Amino acid sequence: MTDHHDNLPAPVDEPIANPGLPAHEPRPTDVDKVAEKRAERQVATFFFLSMACAVLFVVAYYGISLTEESGDNTTFAGLGASHVALGVTLGLALMFIGIGIIQWARKLMADVEIAEMRHPVASSAADRVETLAALNDGLEESGIARRPLVRNSLLGAVGFVGIPLIVSFTDLGPVATPTVRRNTLEKTVWKEGTRVVRDVTGTPIKVEDLEIGDLMNCEPEGLVPVHSEEDEREGVEYLEGAELQSAKAKAALILLRMEPKDQTFSERSPENWSIHGIVAYSKICTHVGCPISLNEQQSHHLLCPCHQSTFDLADGGRVVFGPAARPLPQLPLTVEDGYLVAQSDFREPVGPSYWERDSK
Amino acid sequence: MRLLNRSAGRVSRLRRGPLAGLLVLLLGLMFTGALYSAFTPAQAEKASKSDDELIQEGRQLFLVGCSFCHGQNGEGITSQNGQYGPSLVGVGAASVDFQVGTGRMPMQQPGQQAATKDQAYSQDEVDALAAYVASLGPGPSIPDKAEYSLDNLSEDEQREAVVRGGQLFLTNCTACHNFDGSGGAMPEGKTAPSLKNTSDKHIYEAMLTGPQQMDVFSNGNIAPEDKAAIIAYLNSIEDNAGYGGFSLGGLGPVSEGMFAWILGIGGLVGFAYWIAAHSTRSEKTEHPEGTDA
Repeated sequence: MTDHHDNLPAPVDEPIANPGLPAHEPRPTDVDKVAEKRAERQVATFFFLSMACAVLFVVAYYGISLTEESGDNTTFAGLGASHVALGVTLGLALMFIGIGIIQWARKLMADVEIAEMRHPVASSAADRVETLAALNDGLEESGIARRPLVRNSLLGAVGFVGIPLIVSFTDLGPVATPTVRRNTLEKTVWKEGTRVVRDVTGTPIKVEDLEIGDLMNCEPEGLVPVHSEEDEREGVEYLEGAELQSAKAKAALILLRMEPKDQTFSERSPENWSIHGIVAYSKICTHVGCPISLNEQQSHHLLCPCHQSTFDLADGGRVVFGPAARPLPQLPLTVEDGYLVAQSDFREPVGPSYWERDSK
Repeated sequence: MRLLNRSAGRVSRLRRGPLAGLLVLLLGLMFTGALYSAFTPAQAEKASKSDDELIQEGRQLFLVGCSFCHGQNGEGITSQNGQYGPSLVGVGAASVDFQVGTGRMPMQQPGQQAATKDQAYSQDEVDALAAYVASLGPGPSIPDKAEYSLDNLSEDEQREAVVRGGQLFLTNCTACHNFDGSGGAMPEGKTAPSLKNTSDKHIYEAMLTGPQQMDVFSNGNIAPEDKAAIIAYLNSIEDNAGYGGFSLGGLGPVSEGMFAWILGIGGLVGFAYWIAAHSTRSEKTEHPEGTDA
């Protein structure tokens, strides 16, 4: 008792008298045979109801077709009738099992109060000595301390097992050396003379097609699939499959025509990149790469719905609000054979930042 | 003479009958109505109204209802704080039909955005206003029904158009109006309205004219038949049965999450609470017969 301060009262064994467990009060079903039988029937009824719902599910599955003979959808209160019937019957089948089990547990299963005392967390002293002795015996018998060659080669083998794991990471993509970056992250399919076409319809665009205030969602020619080979234009490469999706994800464009007097030109958005107030910007947000086309006609502010980054399209895609660090890349436009074409690729990488990218 | 007197006496007696007043009134109304329809050719007023008269009528309406903000000649008014009412030169009849027809104009109060409300002018008055504004400068005219419906296409062509309209809608419109056309929020308190209760004509006019902050989708941008396809797609998703269950406003994860967390999980918690709160003992004390058994 030396570690106890003298001015503190000695601990009391039981500061508050233990009231003990309340007296056990039996349930009606414990003492009344009639009530017990009734509860038993209730539980079984719920299980039978569940069975009935499962059977009704099968009936609904085969009985209700998705469309009526007239070709109209089979509906129930504006919802697909088959889906409603399947969902309701399966849901009720599961719910009745649950209700039955709860009723069973509360009314019929054993009803006794149990007090379970806490055990000390540590093992007994004897167990601890025995375990340590066994561990030491094992180390001694394996001879790991006496055979360094075996020990070190084992360590080496375990270390080498990590190599396949690391090597398989290269499947994630090429190592982003400056050369690789120039041909992937920093490049899109836009190049000198690539026609700007409408997304979905794939038709090329004339300057006079756009009125002041018009907004178009565009792609480079070749990324909007054409209906037949006859529609393909000579000299244009039409991509397909994964290549198409990958190229499209980076090359998407929004095209706007605004009053030329509203525009502000700068070094990063020179006057000769736009034609009669028509400007083209990457559709991919520079924050985390959401496609954006929520434009406000009067303010020329383009809003990204993901994190509310806002870009001023009358002023070189300048960030006016939100978490984006860099302006939207602008595509230099010109006219060739009467149609809008790109002067070159984007002059900077499109889309979100990456490790080696600065914030300019 | 006696005969005449006698019948006059009978009429005189009937005159005091309880329903006589009503009968005379009805007869008089029918007589006037018949005369009117006999002497007035159908739609005489409309046919006789020349374009000039319509424009004149529109100008009178404009001076009373619109010139306070848009200027006496629709030239727009600029106040110290910026634009009060924009110039209406060149906005076209379609713009007037949309703005006044959906109740956005006349605006109730200045604000971020003109809200829809009950139409303040009859359709004839809207037409007159539209004619007057169209006379100020060339602009998009009110579209014909043939332009925004697919009725003249075969059934297969219509189905094809709905698919194309869906792609065009998802590319050009969903950014603001939501994948279901339910509308959405825009910066600084503005909203992109829901398209669910907008008439086909007004959707077409909105694309054509780009009201307020909406971009223009002129006929050079989205061809008239593609606009009709977009409208057909919007109608088709409204006709579709809800195969995915209740649409919950078609607002995406916000409303779905709200229902799942508040109604779904809240309901489960409440149910669990209800089960535990009702003791199997509290309902009955010990059964006297049971203790004997």
